Amino acid sequence: MAKKSDANKVAVRTKTTWKHAFKRDWQLYLLLLFPLVMVFLFNYASYPGLRIAFMDYKPAKGYSGSEWVGWATFQKIFKDPDFIRALRNSLIFNIADLLVSFPMPIILALILNELRYPKFKKVSQTILYLPHFLSWAIIGSVALTMFKPSSGLVNIALMNAGIIEEGIPFLNEPYHWAVTYLLIGVWQGMGWGTILYLAAITGISGELYEAAMIDGAGRWKRMWYITLPGIKSTIVTLLIMNLGRVMGSNLERLTALGNTQVKEFQYQLAVYIYAKGIGNNKFSMATAVGLFQSLVGLILVLLSDKIAKKLGEDGLL
Amino acid sequence: MSKKDKNTSEMTTSAGGARAINKFRIGDVIMMAVIIILCATCVLPFIHVAAKSISGNTAVMSKSVYFWPKDITFDAFKRVFGDESMMYSMGFSAIVTLVFTILGMLVCTCAAYPLSKKRLKGRKVLTFLLMVPMYFNAGVIPAYLLYQDLHVLDTVWVLILPLIYSSYNMLIMKNFFMSTIPDSLEESAFLDGATNFQILWKIVLPLSKPILATLSLFYAVGRWNSYADNMYFTRDAKLKMIQYKLYQLVASATEAQTASLADTGGVSQSTPEVLQAASIMFVTIPIIIIYPFLQKYFVQGTMIGAVKG
Repeated sequence: MAKKSDANKVAVRTKTTWKHAFKRDWQLYLLLLFPLVMVFLFNYASYPGLRIAFMDYKPAKGYSGSEWVGWATFQKIFKDPDFIRALRNSLIFNIADLLVSFPMPIILALILNELRYPKFKKVSQTILYLPHFLSWAIIGSVALTMFKPSSGLVNIALMNAGIIEEGIPFLNEPYHWAVTYLLIGVWQGMGWGTILYLAAITGISGELYEAAMIDGAGRWKRMWYITLPGIKSTIVTLLIMNLGRVMGSNLERLTALGNTQVKEFQYQLAVYIYAKGIGNNKFSMATAVGLFQSLVGLILVLLSDKIAKKLGEDGLL
Repeated sequence: MSKKDKNTSEMTTSAGGARAINKFRIGDVIMMAVIIILCATCVLPFIHVAAKSISGNTAVMSKSVYFWPKDITFDAFKRVFGDESMMYSMGFSAIVTLVFTILGMLVCTCAAYPLSKKRLKGRKVLTFLLMVPMYFNAGVIPAYLLYQDLHVLDTVWVLILPLIYSSYNMLIMKNFFMSTIPDSLEESAFLDGATNFQILWKIVLPLSKPILATLSLFYAVGRWNSYADNMYFTRDAKLKMIQYKLYQLVASATEAQTASLADTGGVSQSTPEVLQAASIMFVTIPIIIIYPFLQKYFVQGTMIGAVKG
């Protein structure tokens, strides 16, 4: 350990020249060439394409033949009722998603941590992680099978139990769809979301629990005063990551669970971009929306990272 | 005694301690019940679909199939396996996933190994360049136009090349190299005259087998399950991966049904329910088979990824 830091110090003091560095590590630079080429070719090279958000881009004319229009496209999208609807839906659903989906893994981790039988705990963890490994195509099609108004299992069970008279349109009516959509999100993420919390809980010193027990603290008190504070920084970090996603939207989830009857709510930014851009060739508008979405997402991440650091947490960046 | 208990049981610190003092209480019963119910929601839907997939058409139509098949028949599976386009999509997905995983691991190692060396000059700038894509994305349309210019649009390469480099996976691998491979080991190899390539190939990679397995699975499962790029960037039916195929199958069946019958449970469905259930199982089973194995490695990888780089 000491040797390493000495070596570093020497390196810093002598300031390796580029010539020397290349001579020693040319193979490393050669390796880096591959990822760098990929990143430039497939990520950075797409950034100049963002300029079409400020153009009236016509696919037939290409970049050079299309006219510059400044902020006109942005003015246009903010007057576009479709965009306003997509933005409203995205924001409402993502915030609702955060509110209902974020706490669940924390609660679940606390419960799992308290379970008495290690075997039982292990098996239930394995089962709860399952939805994370399934595609939205699978989840969506299973959900459709389960929630069909007349022939879905959930409705049949409820009807046979005499709780309802008529099938509930879980996925076929906008407001029911909204709830089902959110709950499926909770279900999909709850198990996998516990992993980092459980890891953080393992790191809490057992002596704290012992001392608390000697002082007579019951299980709920120990959860509240020891376990929760112990995983606070994990909670904050994950919250930051999730805040950055408030502007995002997942085309796979939206389309797998959506249908024409719930268009009113299902029409979110990803659907807008897909329908307008790829479906309708309105490239400039779709790009402007995409840019807006990426920028707001980035700002949100940077902002929440700053706030977290102010609060004395580690932050993300 | 209780202290020893705590050290040995990995994540049950508090529960282990609690056992010594508290008796089995009502709280335990409630918590176990909650967990059992949640587990049921993860398992029962799939058992239901599985039961449907091997039941007779009439039994399914009369809504009497719950979690146990009735009038067992494998006709639907025979039809799925006999359907050329399904089999083709499955095979195509497998090949794309394999190529994607190999190239992904290659590019990931090429980025992570050099960046894990603190002595590398320009390391900060290079790391920054390779991390930016994680935070800023130009969006679908610029990507679409770029792929058009690169002539990969509507080819198999658009499903492979754009995503093989992943900042997140690179970070995990880099963290692993930095925390697990002792510098001294490489230094001595270096003094013995080994080149950087030799050190990577003969020392670092053999010591990194667990992370290589984990990341390969990240790549493979990620590719296998996602199909948004399949929707955005391909039109050719020959480029349809199995997940996209399933999505279209179910979506078109649902739309046809809602349009014509408003779901009155009629019999004139374009895709009979049994066949649909068999298709869902056909796509789900490969993941379920390797799931126990997957799960273990995924948990490991996620933990390493959580350590900041």
